[in-house]
Order: sequence, then C-alpha cells, then structure tokens
Amino acid sequence: MAGTIKGLATYQLEEIGCQIILGNTYHLALRPTSELIDELGGLHKFMNWPRALLTDSGGFQMSPVDGKPMLLTPEESIQIQNRIGADIIMALDDVVKTTITGPRIEEAMYRTLRWIDRCIAAHKRPHDQNLFGIVQGGLDPVLRDICVRGLVDRNLPGYAIGGLAGGEDKDSFWRVVAQCTATLPEDKPRYVMGVGYPLDIVVCSALGADMYDCVYPTRTARFGTALVPEGVLKLKHRAMAEDTRPIDPTCACMVCKNYTRAYIHSLVTKDAMGSQLLSFHNLYYMMQLSKNLHSSIVQGKFPEFVCNFLQKMFPKGDIPEWVCNAMEVAEIDISSCCAPFRYIQATKVQSNLNEDEIQAV
Amino acid sequence: MKFAVKAWSNGGARAGILHLGTSTIDTPSLLLSTRKGLPHFISPDLLSCLPSPESRLLHVSPLHFLEGLSMKTISKIGGLHQLLGLHDHCFVSVPRDSIQCLPEANSTNKIGASFETPCGRLLIKPVEYMEMISSTRPELWATLADEVPAWVSDKRNKTSVDRTIKWLDECISLSPASGAVFGAIVGGSSLEERRRCAQEVATRNVSGYWVGGLGLGESMDERPALLNAVIEALPEEKPRLICGLGLPEEILQGIAAGVDLFESTYIYHLTLGGFALTFPLDRTQINALNLAPSDVGSDPRKINLRATVFRKDTMPIVEGCTCYTCRNHTRAYINHLLNVHEMLAQILLEIHNTHHFLGFFRLIREAINAGRFEEFRKEFVQRWR
Repeated sequence: MAGTIKGLATYQLEEIGCQIILGNTYHLALRPTSELIDELGGLHKFMNWPRALLTDSGGFQMSPVDGKPMLLTPEESIQIQNRIGADIIMALDDVVKTTITGPRIEEAMYRTLRWIDRCIAAHKRPHDQNLFGIVQGGLDPVLRDICVRGLVDRNLPGYAIGGLAGGEDKDSFWRVVAQCTATLPEDKPRYVMGVGYPLDIVVCSALGADMYDCVYPTRTARFGTALVPEGVLKLKHRAMAEDTRPIDPTCACMVCKNYTRAYIHSLVTKDAMGSQLLSFHNLYYMMQLSKNLHSSIVQGKFPEFVCNFLQKMFPKGDIPEWVCNAMEVAEIDISSCCAPFRYIQATKVQSNLNEDEIQAV
Repeated sequence: MKFAVKAWSNGGARAGILHLGTSTIDTPSLLLSTRKGLPHFISPDLLSCLPSPESRLLHVSPLHFLEGLSMKTISKIGGLHQLLGLHDHCFVSVPRDSIQCLPEANSTNKIGASFETPCGRLLIKPVEYMEMISSTRPELWATLADEVPAWVSDKRNKTSVDRTIKWLDECISLSPASGAVFGAIVGGSSLEERRRCAQEVATRNVSGYWVGGLGLGESMDERPALLNAVIEALPEEKPRLICGLGLPEEILQGIAAGVDLFESTYIYHLTLGGFALTFPLDRTQINALNLAPSDVGSDPRKINLRATVFRKDTMPIVEGCTCYTCRNHTRAYINHLLNVHEMLAQILLEIHNTHHFLGFFRLIREAINAGRFEEFRKEFVQRWR
C-alpha cells in the first residue's frame, strides 16, 4: 500500500483482524519520501498503524510516474527501508519472469545471493527490523536449491519465495513452492510473495508456507468482484440487481450482515462506496481464510478444512489437476472432493495402463 | 413525527425539538447528504463515530436509486433502513440533491418534474415519485415541486407555483400510511409568488414545510426577503426545511428567517477540494483568537490540506477536535493521502468536516437558547469577512 489499504481506515483493518500490512517501498520513497517518513517517526506512526508492517525492497517496479525503471542498489533499498521502519524488510533481489529461459535466470539467482550479503551489511537496524531473504532461481530446481542453501547459510529471520506469481503455469508454480518449503528451515517463516488467489493460498499452506501478500482482494473489489466460498461473485452482473441475498450468507462481515447483492450492485463501478464495501468484504474473507487455515492446523483438522474448501469451490469435483498433484505431495487426502472419474483416472495412471485405455470422460 | 419550538432568540431564530422515528433531534439541525442512502465517503461502520443524535438525519434523494435498483426490489428488501443497514438513522426524502440531481426547469412540464441526473434527464411524475416514497419508506418526505431558477419569466414562475400546489395535493392523496409529509413551497425570486405559494400550502394538511427553489441563482442579498415572505405565511409550530444553502453565512441567514432544518452540500464540496474546516468552535478559543502567521492562507476558516505547508505537519486538523480523524491522524498524513489520490483522504475529511459543521450547529443552538443569536451571527460574519 502507499500508506493506506484502498479506502479502509486503520480502525476497520483492526476490526477485521488484519495483523500485518505491506508497504510499497517504491511508492513511499517517491511520495512522501522515506526521509519524511523517518523524520515523522516511521511509517507506523505516520499512518497510525499499531500492528505489524512489512516493506518490499522497492526493486520490483517501473516508475508509474515517469516510466523509467527505478534502479536501486541493495544499500539504497535497505537504507530506504530502514527509514520507513517496517518490522519486516525484504532484501533486494534480482527478479526475472518465470516465463523466460536461459542464462539470465542463473545470473539473477547468483546476483541475489551476492546482494543478500550487501543487504545484511547495509542493515542498520537488525534489532528492530527483520531482514528476509528471497529465494530466486526461476523454475529450475537446481538453481532454486543453490539459492536456498545460500540464504539459509546467512541465518536470516525469515525467507521469501520470490519470482513466482508472474504467469508461469500452475503446475510449475506449486513445484517450486514445494521444493523451497521442503528445504527451508522449519522454524522460520516462509513467505510466498505475490500470492494470491484463495485457492493458491490453501495449496501453498498445505505445502508449508506461512505468509502471503496480494493486491487481488482489493483490486478485484474495484471491478465489482466479491470473494466467496464458491469462488467469485460478479456484482456487476445484471442478475444481481434483483438478488436480495447477502454477498455470502456464511460471512459475518458488516457488509454481508447489512447489505444485499442488489444494493451493492447499484453501487459498484459507479460510486466509491461500492469499492469500499467490497474491499472490506474481500479483505474480511481473506482474514477469515487465514484464521481458518491457522485454527484447523492447530486443531489437527487441516485435511478436513481443505476438503471442505475444495468441495465448496468445486462442487462438481472438477478440482484442477495441479491442485490434486500438490495435495498429494503435501500428503493431504482430497479424494473425497474429487469426482469419481477423476479419482479413477488418477488410479489408472498409477497402475500404468496403456494410453488408449485411459478415456477422457 | 412531533415538533415543538422551545426557545426564541431575537428575530425569527428558534430552537426546537424534533421527534422523528426513534430519534430526538434538537433544531436547528443539519441533514447529512448521501449518495444512494449512504454518505459519499464515510463507511457505514464509521458513521457511529459522528456525534449522536445530531448526525442521524440523512437526506436521501429517491432518484439516486433509479440508477440500478428497482423500487420493487427496494420494497422487497423492506425500505431504506433495511437496504442501508442503518436502523438508528432517520431518512428525509427530497427529490432534489444539489450535487447530482438538479431540477431542470426547462424540461419540466405539466406531467412531471425534470431532473438532470447521472443516468440522464429524468421526468418524474407525482405518481412515480409516490411509488418511490412508498417503497423506500423514509420517516419524512417532501412533495414533488417544480423548482425554477431565479431568472425565469414571471409566467413560468407562476406556473411553477400552480403546478407545485397541484402536485402537492396529488402526492398527499397517494400518501402512504407512515412518514411525515412536508409541503413544498416554491415561487422563484418573486415575493408575491412566494407568499401566494406559502399561503396555499399552509392550508394543507402537512407536518411541515420544505422551502424549495432556492440556491438556484438568487443572490444572498435577495434571499432574506424571499424567506421572510414564505415564513410569515406559515404556522409557527410546524418545522421548516430548506435545501441548497451551503455556506455558514447562508445557514445563519436561513436560521434568522426561522428555518429549522438544513440540507447543505458544503461538506461535500469542501471534502472534494481537500479542505478541512478549522474555524474555532470553542467560545474561549473564539475570544482569544490569535491566528499564527503560518495558519493564514486567504481563508482562515478552513485549510487546504493539499498545500505543501502541511507535508510535515504532525498536528491534527484541529487540536482538541474529538472526531475520528483528529484523534487518529495528522495533517501530514492526509496531505500524503491527497497527493497519492487515496480515497481514505476523502473519508477522513468528510468525517472531520461533518463533525465540525455539526459543532457549528451546536454553537448556533446554544446562542439561540441564550437569546443571543443575532450577536453570534454578526460576530461570525464579521470575523470571517
């Protein structure tokens, strides 16, 4: 965020159980500048947010103001983040799109490792700001492995899995996450950057990730889309004009308790209040999802939670294959949510039948 | 609805008590302006941080809902309280909304009143208007009027009065069982027509009066005479509502004439412009007023938080103000939000400005109750000239 979550006051964020907010270092460095934030006592004080803050390295963006790529050195990134004062700061990494191939990926991974040492050296506030390293390496397991080892050697307070959420296919995505969570230390947080959709978060959590960030809930709200257990609800749709149900009857947020789809429909894309209310609901939905993931794990009921979640989202049992594969590796049994043919298909594959004996149903 | 005048001050200013719905409101009072029933920016769960019960009167234009929500659906949901999730508030329906639903006198005809709205020009017939009232079920509503700007011909003006009275009778005949009705009074800038209209409406069985057609081109100098022409013809014991007066001086003018309820777009325009009200509300502050040089722009009543002078200002908008914005945020933060075009800026400003303007009304009521409204008014106008 640039000092605020779109349209929500800090009181509301506290109410919905938000524990940590991501601050966009690039935007904040531009306006109002990290020096000003520092002078006024740090970002917590500036925006009056009593809970946790995380800043990214500021190295991931092009300038929206003048179009120039913003070049930061590791030292500059850390210096800016030191001034902003977030509780967790991110190392400057060299990110490349997962859709590219070739030596650039390897170059980026090694550079990321060189830069982590520079970040550590430049970090002036190791006692109140936690510097997380970011694992790069594209979709290449060998490179990822080298990067993980390199970062773990530095004994950082936490580790992020970066370079994903950029257009790679889902099957590659989860495999990288799985590999990293398998090799990163058990007792440190694992943060999958830029993820994401509720389904992705559930899968990554099953694979052992702990933290996520995404603009999706608020961005999709501004287009009139609500997050619901079944997936999404497009409030702009004409059918919503007569629908007097709440957005999600199972949701306890103030939007679902007070407003009908019909009313929200009349607001979305026309009045600022529409985005506000939808953003509130969507963020509440994400907070609830996190809470439920957390408590189901603590209570030893995680597989049931996952099945329940998948059943609501895929009532016909047509769970995407990448999810099934990931859950298998995570050792979460979701066979009860998969449609029978899907299960049979999976078992046929396992018993090595001839290809022409496997029929697509 | 029940209304009683409790105190008079010099001139026509009076303080009263209005019982509406489940609320008891001291008058003169301000109606908060809304868009489709909710504030423009303040999220409904933050509405409760505004002073109560003064902040409970909401002005709603039923025309807003024509963009995307059928009256049938609103009826099915149960009316405004259900639709908006605001059960402690009172809704006052007036078709005109001085921001986005402006009367279009050239297109109004004998069939209905024309309005320029975000979904185009709409012609509203009395029977359609009453359907909206029945579906939305506000606590209080004004009858449909033919509002004309100050520069129309005498003939057109006279027609507007005749039409408004005819529509008043039609609306009353179609009136739902619940909800208090305010008779609309128009007449442009003609003293005679204003008087004629008021006299006619005074004979109707209504709970109060809505003075329409103002804020549409007449000057502030013309207005007192027009207001007096209307008010003189109206019974004292029924409340008077006016829309379209914005500035504090205009409000004071209306109160001096004997108006009890005001709908104003002042807060909305201030907020959009990045302005925050800062004129002192505390009598001791007023007496000891000593403006620091840095506080003075060209208008010491409000500050423009976009100004760079506020970049590092860690003061709240008004020190000692108990609104959510001043208790939690600084001028520097709001300045930043405005610079990066974040909606939170408007939310925080609307909260503060509403809180502050309601405080202004409180001062007015205190002055009336103490019998010194005219002094208060002179002082206010003088100081901020």
